[in-house]
Amino acid sequence: MELIEVPLHAVAHSRAGDKGNRGNLSLMPYDPALYPLLAEQVTEERVLALFAHRGATRCVRYDLPLIHAFNFVIDDVLEGGVNGSLNLDGHGKSLSFRLLSLTVRIPRQ
Amino acid sequence: MSDLFLVGNASGFSGDRIDAAPPVVRALVKSGKPAALFFECLAERTIALAQIEKRRDPEAGYEPMLERLLDPILVDSAKAGIPILGNFGAANPVAAARCVAKLARRLGIPDLRIGVVTGDDVSTTVDLGNLAAHEADAGFDMSSWTMISANAYIGAAPLAEALARGAQVVVAGRTSDPSLAIAPLMHHFGWTEDDWPALGAGAACGHLLECGSQVTGGVFWDPGFKDIPDPANIGFPIAEVARDGTMVITKPEDTGGIVDLRSIKEQLLYEVHDPAAYLTPDVVMDITGASMEQVGHDRVALRGVRGHARPDRLKVTACYEGSWLGEGEVSVAGPNTLARARATADVLLQRVRQRGLGRRARADLIGISAVHDSDDGAIWRSYDGPEPPEIRIRLAVESATRDDADQAAREVLAMLCCGTAGTSGARWRVTPRLLTRSFLVPREMVPTEVRVLEARAWN
Repeated sequence: MELIEVPLHAVAHSRAGDKGNRGNLSLMPYDPALYPLLAEQVTEERVLALFAHRGATRCVRYDLPLIHAFNFVIDDVLEGGVNGSLNLDGHGKSLSFRLLSLTVRIPRQ
Repeated sequence: MSDLFLVGNASGFSGDRIDAAPPVVRALVKSGKPAALFFECLAERTIALAQIEKRRDPEAGYEPMLERLLDPILVDSAKAGIPILGNFGAANPVAAARCVAKLARRLGIPDLRIGVVTGDDVSTTVDLGNLAAHEADAGFDMSSWTMISANAYIGAAPLAEALARGAQVVVAGRTSDPSLAIAPLMHHFGWTEDDWPALGAGAACGHLLECGSQVTGGVFWDPGFKDIPDPANIGFPIAEVARDGTMVITKPEDTGGIVDLRSIKEQLLYEVHDPAAYLTPDVVMDITGASMEQVGHDRVALRGVRGHARPDRLKVTACYEGSWLGEGEVSVAGPNTLARARATADVLLQRVRQRGLGRRARADLIGISAVHDSDDGAIWRSYDGPEPPEIRIRLAVESATRDDADQAAREVLAMLCCGTAGTSGARWRVTPRLLTRSFLVPREMVPTEVRVLEARAWN
């Protein structure tokens, strides 16, 4: 089977939330058939590396197979959180789209 | 499905669209079913800002849009027997009740029963120094900090009590957000305070609705990928909840937005960490067994949410006076934009360092990298992509004093003469910062009080 590399944004959607200096990013494939493939490729390590430049220290992925969703919880990713950060986006609401820029390899249709 | 109770939401935060409520109330009335409406108006820091307002004016410190939010719907809701609940009391629920009472009298319904729940403000009653810090907040020495506010996240029980005593409007300060939906469900279905499965479902209802349009297409729409009808008029959500805790999430018919599996999933996981243990003061919600199904146009059924025994202690969030934030921006455009923007950023940081104006400073190149970047500009410094037509350079400095923050921000202004060729469009501002810390407090240290009076009696 021929594989092509695409950004997650082409095949999945995500929303970011915050609590203090910890962020969560949900991730859901549009097509539930891609769930196992994302489970294999969108690992805690890859997601943590995406936020290493901001000092993220830990990433835990919770799997919700019944609704074909993942929840990534990332510690220390908000540069101090909404009250401490110098970032324009202190809540880290835009970070879902950094996750969606990660690439995955999927079968060509 | 005959025994349904409808819960509508008309605000997801202080600052939300103020015209959300009328379509929701019309839909609730049209359904002919028993219903309640709630407004969520408090983020973590909102209550501290409200406390500062209250110090300036003892009759202030509640949701500034309160009258505007309730004016168009108060009479219709009262007439239809739809109680309204909200944490729009913020730092001053009693003054908020007086505001609602005045509005009710003006609208010709002086017998409107208004309930107030107090007790969340623990700033003078609980010594936080002796309590366990919550989550990642351990290990800070706060002995020198000046407290602005400390509020416990109280649960649904006192809100339900106000409803039981006939309140048609329930004004609260800090409650947990889902409790605003759980309370009318407890009251209507007679759920007890230890009916964990029912309360777990109620928490899911509250969690899905508490951010208003976020479950009906807000912060969801992504043109070409997740399109929604009429994003300028997104309908706010309604949950049709059955006694057994199953529910359908929907929205008013005559509104924009969308309710589908994608929008429900995004909100179900919003701000959730461990999906098996989402803590609220009323119940620990567990969504690991949740399932959902599209059962009609803009209608999604949710079932399988579980509930576990509530935590022993309540979360208290305290806000303290912090440092000052100085910010400024200028633009560059046209040929050699990237080089001029980088040089501008470096010179601004050098000026702040040279003058000793900040504890921390950061520069962003808006158009290259800002919100995804780090304080040291890791992304824009290593950027080697194409040059954009324009870049806006932003400086942000944290300073110990207002004057230092102001001086730092004004360095951006000075670039209009001292900056690179073609520097333009300076804007700068200084804002006070807050520090927040959370604690876990035994429930018995946070007694609540409920008062219910007719509008004519609130003076």
